[in-house]
Amino acid sequence: MAQRTTEIVTGLFIIAGLAALVFLALQVSGLSPKSDTDTYTLYANFNDVGGIAPRGKVAMAGVTVGSVRSVTLDRETLQARVELAIDAEVDNIPADSAAVIRTSGLLGEQYIDISIGGDMESLQPGDRFYSTQSAMNLERLITNFASGK
Amino acid sequence: MMDNIAALGRLGLDVIATVGRAGRFLTGVLVGVPRPSVGFPLLVRQLYSVGVLSLAIIVVSGLFIGMVLGLQGYTILSDYGSEAAIGQMIALTLVRELGPVVTALLFAGRAGSALTAEIGLMKATEQLSSMEMMGVDPLRRVIAPRLWAGFIALPILAAIFSMVGIWGGMLVGVEWLGVFEGSFWGNMQASVSFTEDVLNGVFKTVVFGFVCSWIAVFQGYDCVPTSAGISSATTKTVVYSSLAVLGLDFVLTAVMFGDF
Amino acid sequence: MDSGVYITLRDVVFSRSGRRIFDGVSLDIPRGKITAIMGPSGTGKTTLLRLIGGQLKPDSGEILVAGESVPKLKRKALYTLREKMGMLFQSGALFTDLSVFENVAFPLRVHTSLPDDMIRDIVLMKLEAVGLRGARRLMPAELSGGMTRRVALARSIALDPELIMYDEPFAGQDPIAMGVLVKLIRDLNLSMGLTSVLVSHDVPESLSICHYACIIADGQVIGEGTPDELRQHSSERVQQFLQGQPDGPVPFHYPAADIGSDWGLGGGSA
Ligand SMILES: Nc1ncnc2c1ncn2[C@@H]1O[C@H](COP(=O)(O)OP(=O)(O)O)[C@@H](O)[C@H]1O
Ligand SMILES: [Mg+2]
Repeated sequence: MAQRTTEIVTGLFIIAGLAALVFLALQVSGLSPKSDTDTYTLYANFNDVGGIAPRGKVAMAGVTVGSVRSVTLDRETLQARVELAIDAEVDNIPADSAAVIRTSGLLGEQYIDISIGGDMESLQPGDRFYSTQSAMNLERLITNFASGK
Repeated sequence: MMDNIAALGRLGLDVIATVGRAGRFLTGVLVGVPRPSVGFPLLVRQLYSVGVLSLAIIVVSGLFIGMVLGLQGYTILSDYGSEAAIGQMIALTLVRELGPVVTALLFAGRAGSALTAEIGLMKATEQLSSMEMMGVDPLRRVIAPRLWAGFIALPILAAIFSMVGIWGGMLVGVEWLGVFEGSFWGNMQASVSFTEDVLNGVFKTVVFGFVCSWIAVFQGYDCVPTSAGISSATTKTVVYSSLAVLGLDFVLTAVMFGDF
Repeated sequence: MDSGVYITLRDVVFSRSGRRIFDGVSLDIPRGKITAIMGPSGTGKTTLLRLIGGQLKPDSGEILVAGESVPKLKRKALYTLREKMGMLFQSGALFTDLSVFENVAFPLRVHTSLPDDMIRDIVLMKLEAVGLRGARRLMPAELSGGMTRRVALARSIALDPELIMYDEPFAGQDPIAMGVLVKLIRDLNLSMGLTSVLVSHDVPESLSICHYACIIADGQVIGEGTPDELRQHSSERVQQFLQGQPDGPVPFHYPAADIGSDWGLGGGSA
């Protein structure tokens, strides 16, 4: 084949590869160009985080509004301290809202649901949720029930 | 008994010597990049024969594997009523594992064996020697473009493989079995991370591309220049590449995804 | 050093896989002449050419080409020296993915930055010299054995080398092709003053064109001189080779143990 044709076909091949990578980035992993830059940080302490891990979903009224950035142990309270990255657009979460760990479906993934309060004040970047509700631990529930507590 | 031990020792030394030759060979190939005006057309030519010509088998295999993943995933997930997670399953399997590994295995069989046979035959017909006697280093002129082409082509092929596979999975899951398209993509996007899944997958293919091409060109260059020697070198390319890919995949997976 | 000598070998010792192929070979190859190196198959004639070209290094001894010690040369200097050498391989060794024209153009494209039309002129001139200008568009697979060698010859003289080495140019050629090659080798030597080294076991053809010949057997030079001197040579081994007697001082057999032991007769282990 003529060198020129080879060059063009090879060029198309490389472009197809890059396009596939862009597809994997945008359509498959949902990476959007604005992602990390415009979020703000909130904290929530839980007695038990259950299966919450970094990259986990944070939702409000069922709509994803952010993700879990890290889960660490708070040395003073001996609680789990979860760092949440919340989309900057959602800047009016009432200050008395609660962070609740829920499960999607019976066996599905756990995520953090923000149950909305009624305060006029909003949570500011760096604030901590005042009230939280830990993961519902099926095993513990059963044990408690069996031992009659 | 002593004979067996001695044979084992000799085998060990042979293996070490081969590794040494392969290492020295690699340095010979990588140092001294030819002038761009000479090297670039050679590279394009090889990219064409190693990459573009492998595209058909990659696309067809990717499509079928994606479709099979869709079918199998649906059967299992629908038992738990979570068939909406099918997109997530297909994408993660392809991007992390099957994309890099299957592409590398197909590449070793389709392009690697061809590279070995071509170089081996050039050696057997004294083309490499005559090039050397013309004052042209065959390592740079013949081997280097082939090595680089394989190295560049494999990540591209793997990305295309994953993309086609996901599309095939969607064809079966959404178009045929009726999974809701929004949750197909939504679940996928929520669970696939660009840096941890896609980029780690790409990194795997870069490693596989390097190893497969290295094995292929080295086996060709190092073969015994007879018909039997070339055929055994071709076999070795496919066997060694496959084993190296699977072994390295385990190591890389353990390092990348092991700790969470 | 004698200015009339182009290649000097001094006490060259070389072994391969534990077998000694050259055991102290000394040889002078004169500039601008045709020197034939003859010997039975497997004595290491090809190996000798590879030693001269620096593809192999001797265990000991000296190899000088145009005053430079080949085994001691650094990579770069060696490649520069090789631009002055042409070598015609036994098989021709044409690049199978390039046409006849591109094969001959190859060394020019790599080593010079001549414009395309000049390369074209040179290539056609070289192909004309071997009588294959009309075959320039063919691929190597479409050539006969004799044509392949002629194209390879055109390619080895593309850069106008000072030295050309022919490895068994006559082997397996029909009488006409052989005659063509003999004439070509002689013409090239005459017209370009090429120092030519001709490796062959075809005695009459070699002796008919060379100015100087030497016979190698058992890792040593057993006779050298002009063709006439060789024909008068007193050594039995030289006469055996020149007259093609099957057995004599030069053994017909590759070195082997006593035949009895291979057939399990000698009482030893099989
Ligand atoms: N790559 C090699 N490895 C080991 N031995 C070799 C190799 N090539 C050639 N030989 C040995 O070197 C000897 C000389 O070979 P060669 O130079 O090809 O002979 P000639 O050209 O005179 O027929 C042969 O006996 C052969 O067995
Ligand atoms: Mg030979």
